[in-house]
Amino acid sequence: MAASQTSFLDYAPAPESTSILDLKDSYGLFIDGEFVDGTGDAFTTISPATEETIAEVVAASRKDVDRAVAAARKAFDGPWSRLSGADRGKYLFRIARLVQERARELAVAESLDNGKPIKESRDVDVPLVAAWFFYYAGWADKLDHAGLGPNPRALGVAAQVIPWNFPLLMLAWKIAPALAAGNTVVLKPAETTPLTALIFAEILQQADLPPGVVNIVTGAGETGELLVNAAVDKVAFTGSTEVGRAIARSTAGTGKKLTLELGGKAANIVFDDAPLDQAIEGIVDGIFFNQGHVCCAGSRLLVQENVEAEVIERLKHRMSTLRLGDPLDKNTDVGAINSREQLDRIRELSDIGEAEGAERWSAPCEIPAKGFWYAPTIFTGVDTSHRIARDEIFGPVLSVLTFRTPGEAISKANNTPYGLSAGIWSDKGSKVLAVADKLRAGVIWTNTFNKFDPSSPFGGYKESGYGREGGRHGLAAYLASAKEGAR
Amino acid sequence: MTHLAVPKTYKLYIGGKFPRSESGRVYEVTTAKGEFLANAAKASRKDARDAVSAARAAVSGWSGATGYNRGQVLYRVAELLEGRRAQFVDELTKVDGLTAAAADKQVDAAIDAWVWYAGWADKYAQVAGNGNPVAGPFFNISVPEPTGVVAVVAPKEQGLFGLVSVIAPVLVSGNTVVVVASETSPLSAISLSEVLATSDVPGGVVNVLTGSAAELAPWLADHSDVNAVDLSGAGDLDWSDLQVKAAQTLKRVREPETGEVERSVERVTFFTETKTVWHTKALI
Repeated sequence: MAASQTSFLDYAPAPESTSILDLKDSYGLFIDGEFVDGTGDAFTTISPATEETIAEVVAASRKDVDRAVAAARKAFDGPWSRLSGADRGKYLFRIARLVQERARELAVAESLDNGKPIKESRDVDVPLVAAWFFYYAGWADKLDHAGLGPNPRALGVAAQVIPWNFPLLMLAWKIAPALAAGNTVVLKPAETTPLTALIFAEILQQADLPPGVVNIVTGAGETGELLVNAAVDKVAFTGSTEVGRAIARSTAGTGKKLTLELGGKAANIVFDDAPLDQAIEGIVDGIFFNQGHVCCAGSRLLVQENVEAEVIERLKHRMSTLRLGDPLDKNTDVGAINSREQLDRIRELSDIGEAEGAERWSAPCEIPAKGFWYAPTIFTGVDTSHRIARDEIFGPVLSVLTFRTPGEAISKANNTPYGLSAGIWSDKGSKVLAVADKLRAGVIWTNTFNKFDPSSPFGGYKESGYGREGGRHGLAAYLASAKEGAR
Repeated sequence: MTHLAVPKTYKLYIGGKFPRSESGRVYEVTTAKGEFLANAAKASRKDARDAVSAARAAVSGWSGATGYNRGQVLYRVAELLEGRRAQFVDELTKVDGLTAAAADKQVDAAIDAWVWYAGWADKYAQVAGNGNPVAGPFFNISVPEPTGVVAVVAPKEQGLFGLVSVIAPVLVSGNTVVVVASETSPLSAISLSEVLATSDVPGGVVNVLTGSAAELAPWLADHSDVNAVDLSGAGDLDWSDLQVKAAQTLKRVREPETGEVERSVERVTFFTETKTVWHTKALI
């Protein structure tokens, strides 16, 4: 929307106040229940919307990582494994409640550090964080029913490395089941989004969680590498397929239990009998939610040929109403790209899309002068061989392909090394069920998209990784059956 | 007049057919005392690749069959194995030097394993699947599905039972298999292939390679069209290198087994993927 135009879509600014935050200028590492100085180099975390520094954090060195792992080991051998499941559960319930109590503060911090719209951090990320802890809290004293037979045992110390797209939510996905199962944790948040993990450490102090049960070390890839190669029993990683491969190689032969939640290139399939109003919303939600920084984003729209023109026209119209800007503004639909590096990658792949012959259309929105931004964009005339139909862009860029028959839709949808998610839009239930059966993907949304719930297992087929997060299945990633014996 | 025996040529089992190794290579299989028994085919890289192609081609049919159907097909393997018991006892006594009683017991165990796993085909999804009580108007269900093509290194010990105990659970959910048979006890693997070929198991669903596991396993672990690798019998190989190779396409890897392979439904579910489907409910 050009600023000069006036319409009913012009809203007055409605920014959420940052006065709720009580941030420190610099943060250390959270080890053995307290914040300690790290021995590595300091770096800053910035707001991607303004490029202003938020706080200074430290890159954990080998010594720091080893110290954190030792604290986790001591806590595992000591208080944590002696605690009853019921008491472990109570700590998790406490954490869930504290997250709810400090929900607004966490949401503001998340939007500030990550760039995502406050309506998403406030209404999706943080509520799901509380829900995740609440759900797994109840499992802690019911592990005999988790599907691994009686008396399953915790694995030990879990190394967890998480991405920047849902910083606090990914932390919850990792920490909640690990603790419910009786493990202790060393977690590394992404280098561009450490803030909410550090506030979460304060919550752990308020919950009086025994020292060393959860340790948080900040840093970039090198710190993550040190962590997964440290003396841990379990490695859980969410991030790119490339890094996932490297972790699978480095843990080979070590006996460390590994779960990976990696990239995706999901097909969002729209049949001609779909409820189009909902489908348009679903397409927008599928790819522009969280600026498309979503591993399960519906980044390939497969639309039945006879409704393509109508779908594209309506989609463009809808995209024209998306409000891009200040992540803290309550009316913002599309926030900032998380980092300059990610913006460069989105630009590069989009340019390749154009060079390979696809037609590019971007929503007409004003790009702020400072910060990292990318207008919601679609490509039409995309071939299955195009890079933008194969590579994960991880940004607000949609590739549109067409199909004529359900069989063609299925084979195009499955024509990818990934297999994380897919969407199906049709009012015909029998067709939806048949297509869902044939898609090689771990999560399938029918007539909806990007829905998450702690009771619902999430994870990929093929090169999107292995293991599940959420539900009873999510516990299996952190437990061994009694038969498997102690390590 | 004495009857001069007609020895069998032991070949590979790929895509429902019994080819020789394209390499022309064989290796000598001897009795426990070192007397010549047969020249088994020594499978090559090309044979391994052919086996993977055959296994891939068989995935859609086998995984698309109903659990009830797969269960009957696997049960029929037990029926036919029972009928050819004498042949297996004979081979096991010769190759592995077992007593007739021990060989008989191993054949019993192999038959019973087929029966046990056959019964899981239409049940494992009920144990491994879940209806999920999500907080919203959705019917949410998680179901296990076969992973795809699974490459298996069979245990060295117990040429027949060891092989059955690793391939039967992989087949239950609808995966197809390329298995490297025990190097020292390959004859019952090929004889089992003859049972499979005359049962109702479609060609390509099970592919059996004989030869050097140390040579074949890296090719299979490296192959981009293999979805999972079962290293149950690979304890003596450089299995961490096999894991490194498998990491290139993020194959699911089951680590070597110490001791005898026990039957478990977990062996079935290990080679499955959980699919979660969110079905929207109308707000009425």
